[in-house]
Amino acid sequence: MHPMEQSSPRASTYLAEGAAHGEAASKTSADHAGNALSPGGPSPKMRARNLTVRYGPIVAVTDVSLDVPARQVLALIGPSGCGKSTFLRSLNRMNDTVPGAVVSGDVELDGQSICGTEIDPVLVRKRVGMVFQRASPFPTSIFENVAYTVRVAAHRGQRDVADRVEHALRQAELWNEVKDRLKESGTSLSGGQQQRLCIARALAVEPEVLLMDEPTSALDPIATAKIEELVSELRKGLTIVIVTHSMQQAARISHRTGFFNMGSLIEVGDTTTMFTRPREHQTEDYISGRFG
Amino acid sequence: MTAVVSGTPRFTISPRRKVVNKAMLGLCVAAATFAVAVLMWIFGYVIVQGARYVNIDFFTNLPAPVGEAGGGFLNALVGTGIMVGMASAVSIPVGVLAGIYLAEFGRSWMAQVVRFINDTLNATPSIVAGLFAYTLVVLQVHRFSAIAGSVALAVLMIPTITRTAEEMIRLVPRTLRDAALALGIPEWRMTLQIVLPAAASGIVTGIMLAIARVSGETAALLFTAFNNRFLSFALDQPMSSVPVQVFTYAIAPYDDWHHQAWAGSLVLVSLVALFSAAMRIATRNRHRMRA
Repeated sequence: MHPMEQSSPRASTYLAEGAAHGEAASKTSADHAGNALSPGGPSPKMRARNLTVRYGPIVAVTDVSLDVPARQVLALIGPSGCGKSTFLRSLNRMNDTVPGAVVSGDVELDGQSICGTEIDPVLVRKRVGMVFQRASPFPTSIFENVAYTVRVAAHRGQRDVADRVEHALRQAELWNEVKDRLKESGTSLSGGQQQRLCIARALAVEPEVLLMDEPTSALDPIATAKIEELVSELRKGLTIVIVTHSMQQAARISHRTGFFNMGSLIEVGDTTTMFTRPREHQTEDYISGRFG
Repeated sequence: MTAVVSGTPRFTISPRRKVVNKAMLGLCVAAATFAVAVLMWIFGYVIVQGARYVNIDFFTNLPAPVGEAGGGFLNALVGTGIMVGMASAVSIPVGVLAGIYLAEFGRSWMAQVVRFINDTLNATPSIVAGLFAYTLVVLQVHRFSAIAGSVALAVLMIPTITRTAEEMIRLVPRTLRDAALALGIPEWRMTLQIVLPAAASGIVTGIMLAIARVSGETAALLFTAFNNRFLSFALDQPMSSVPVQVFTYAIAPYDDWHHQAWAGSLVLVSLVALFSAAMRIATRNRHRMRA
């Protein structure tokens, strides 16, 4: 029972499960072949350079450099407290809201730095949206949850708000379930529907990048499957970075996977490669379930 | 361990636990009953003493001269309405804004100082607030006035509203703020349009407590608004209020006036209760957040 001997077969089971999961997953594997980010390829949508994040004396992320390829899904995996969520939050300046957080290094969006005091985080967040682990509908109606976002963040006039709301809800695959109850409270929806409402709200801003911080970890398998299908649909027009605790999920929906441990990026690469032939021991140990 | 070894495992509740459980539950029920009983006693007594004398005249007439029947509390009811209204108009915005400041920027030393002073003010006896308004307004213009009374009431209301607003805004989960900010919603809009509505029903409760408290305030009005036996809308003149009139009538030697004082007490308690209930229903949050 040497761990190394058993790890490879187990790692590949994730992919097998993923492929069996359905259409979405088979597309993923098909896409993989040509989409490896190679030097000299298309320039990345976002790029982190030597990023270090400290919360007071604690260093949460240490010197991470990572490219986020355009119109692909990048999954970030790793044990709890490994810094992957903190890293994600620095991609749209959400660490600004954490008292005592200090970010050094640089993050670029389309080649432009988004760090620094002269950059307005509000403008960054309009282009780089975010969905969290816990769905947090605003305490208003389903319609108003999206409409408010359209009016405030997307600066739309009153006239096409209803159309924009419908469009966003359709994009989030929620429209058919809520079209007859738009005036009901957003919190009256089920957990999975609430999460899709939050995704609809984020899409209404028309972001270029969508960050997802464990969007399905509070959901049951059926709701999770719906969100995963949604991600596979959205990645056609959107760059997505998703933090997940589920390695099966990473295998099912992502093109590339990054493995974090103890605040460092241990390894990043093509998802298939990561789950079958990881370069690093730590990665192999983690995906084979030896720790984490 | 001995129990496991010595015999078959038992799943029955031990007699001692049963007794302790009953005793503790009994104590809790007794304490709750006592608290409610005192309240009911007061309320019941006020009803018994006052209900007979609450009639149309009470609401529509001015005080009658001693010995004449049919006088009412119209001047006092109007006066309380005006002064509590003016005090609310000042203290609600100030209190809510101060609460936002403390909740959102509460870490600075400045906020710590504000919070400490606010808590001290909250525990200040109302007569001190009255003295403050007396020095600030009455002594300057050499006249008791409705404005002076309103100032005293506002001083009493602001700390209560500030404290509740801060607590309620703090209760709004961080996830909701993060969700709003991550959509590219500016912080000021997040605070005013997302966080404040989410905290609204709690803040309204605090405002109601403050209004209920000052509606029955006597000490702060005795030497600020003083009293007025006539219906007055002049803000720079002495003005009557229900509690001060109840006080005046209660210590007078006439039976008529005693009856009216009871009626005034009953009306005051009922109005505050009705107003609170109405406000709670009107601002009930249909879109409750998950706990």
